[in-house]
Amino acid sequence: MTTCCGERFLGAGLKTGETLHLSGTPGNAMGAYLDGGEITVQGNVQDAVGDTMNHGTIIVHGSAGDALGYAMRGGEIYVRGSAGYRAGIHMKEYESQKPVLVIGGGAGSFLGEYMAGGLIVVLSMDCADSPAGNFTGTGMHGGKIFIRAQQPLEHLPAQVSQHAATPEDLQEIAAYVTQFAQHFSFDANELLQSQFYVLCPNATNPYHQLYVAN
Amino acid sequence: MLREGQVRIPSGCAISGMIDKSGRRFCGEDIIKSIAVMHDRSNGLGGGFAAYGIYPQYKDYYALHVFFDSTAVRRDCEAFFERHFDIINLSKIPTRKMKEITDEPYIWRYFVTPLPSKLTDSQLDEREFVARCVFRVNTQYDGAYVFSSGKNMGVFKAVGFPEDVGRFYRLEEYEGWCFTAHGRYPTNTPGWWGGAHPFALLDYAVVHNGEISSYDANRRAIEMYGYKCTLQTDTEVITYIVDYLHRKKGLTLPEISSVIAAPFWQTIQRMPQAERETLEYLRVMFAPQLITGPFSILVGHEGGLMALNDRLKLRSMVVGEQGNMTYIASEEAAIRVIAPQLESVWAPKGGEPVIVEVEHGN
Repeated sequence: MTTCCGERFLGAGLKTGETLHLSGTPGNAMGAYLDGGEITVQGNVQDAVGDTMNHGTIIVHGSAGDALGYAMRGGEIYVRGSAGYRAGIHMKEYESQKPVLVIGGGAGSFLGEYMAGGLIVVLSMDCADSPAGNFTGTGMHGGKIFIRAQQPLEHLPAQVSQHAATPEDLQEIAAYVTQFAQHFSFDANELLQSQFYVLCPNATNPYHQLYVAN
Repeated sequence: MLREGQVRIPSGCAISGMIDKSGRRFCGEDIIKSIAVMHDRSNGLGGGFAAYGIYPQYKDYYALHVFFDSTAVRRDCEAFFERHFDIINLSKIPTRKMKEITDEPYIWRYFVTPLPSKLTDSQLDEREFVARCVFRVNTQYDGAYVFSSGKNMGVFKAVGFPEDVGRFYRLEEYEGWCFTAHGRYPTNTPGWWGGAHPFALLDYAVVHNGEISSYDANRRAIEMYGYKCTLQTDTEVITYIVDYLHRKKGLTLPEISSVIAAPFWQTIQRMPQAERETLEYLRVMFAPQLITGPFSILVGHEGGLMALNDRLKLRSMVVGEQGNMTYIASEEAAIRVIAPQLESVWAPKGGEPVIVEVEHGN
């Protein structure tokens, strides 16, 4: 489809073997419940792309709106540009089902809020300010967030611990960064040689008093 | 009719705005096309537009747009206008009969200026005098509702889908330097003509997507300053807060943003001293004007257009720029349909205002 203009639910539930190429500006909830299909977009996407997707691949050559990959439980999303607020919130994994979200630019606030599993990689390219906004990983209790940055993120909530990525850590994302580089013509090695920080749930900080101080 | 608090209707909404900062006037057709893209965000229970720069021939007169339920109340109301204003022109607002828009009230337009003697006797400035007359009609004349009262601008609203409302009011026949639009999906209140957006007082007109959690606290506070919330819907209170802070208290638009979408205390604590002290002052002085809950709003006024999200950005908003034009909408598609090629497109952060000032003079 070449002249999208805000149509909702494009490619929703697409199954393995099915592919969709879009240009223009597809509407909200593109690729929701994706079930093995592959969607490629030449342009920006709006809100709730890949909502609750199960399996398959979404490749966006522009930027994404809010709530990208909301509650993903499998499959891969690659975004060349930046992501809005609430990317990857409620992501979860189970056994072989492990969702992956790779963002080329920066991400807005609430990145990976309530994350319960899976992998988020923020490559911070062309990113003027902090690669992630406020409240990153609030309520996080599973999964990992990789941030490509020279300095650790500041002001993280108590539920998140942060460390500089080790070579073992980087092996975990190498395949996905390579995929990203192939989709959008970057040098994977160059990206992988950069400094990354890893955000994980803080096992020493249980969740008492997260919402009420009594 | 059942209003806010008496009935709950589960629901989204859509907003769109465009402004030529050079002050060049353009046709209302584009704003209809833009809001129509987001048809599915509304449910047919309200649509409306605010248009700036549309009455250059009467630019020194307040344009009162009024709904009347009956001819009788129109006569009473006109008598009130005669006592307070010099009416330079009056007419029905031109509409188009169409099956999508039904049960319309009588819709009239008056170009007025306060009677000098009345104005002098009132010891009020001119804008306050007009605002008080508007509240007088809206609270004391049952069946009459002034829904637009600015100079060289007008609000056009109805029950229906916004693109139909635009056709109904022949918006394509108007030319202005700024238009805003709203497609309504009422969340807590029934759809009725007065309850459609924009909500306007003087030249301020607000369209809003969201639902204000702090409505009643905001309403109680603003009513202490003489405003009357006659519509029982949340957006109305935003209009009065903007009018109060901008016209009466003289706050700038960035300051107003820091009041109604104030940063969290924890964010303020990390700021450099001067900035921190300013924000603390604003939060303390204007605490009751803090608006919580999801919102994305467009505020039109005689100086331009402001867009603002709530501080958590619980609603979407996209900005596009091309030449002198700035486009702001709930969805990027609603901008691309008008301007497929944009020099820049971005999503403002929560609580970060986008302010476009118009250069007047033509």
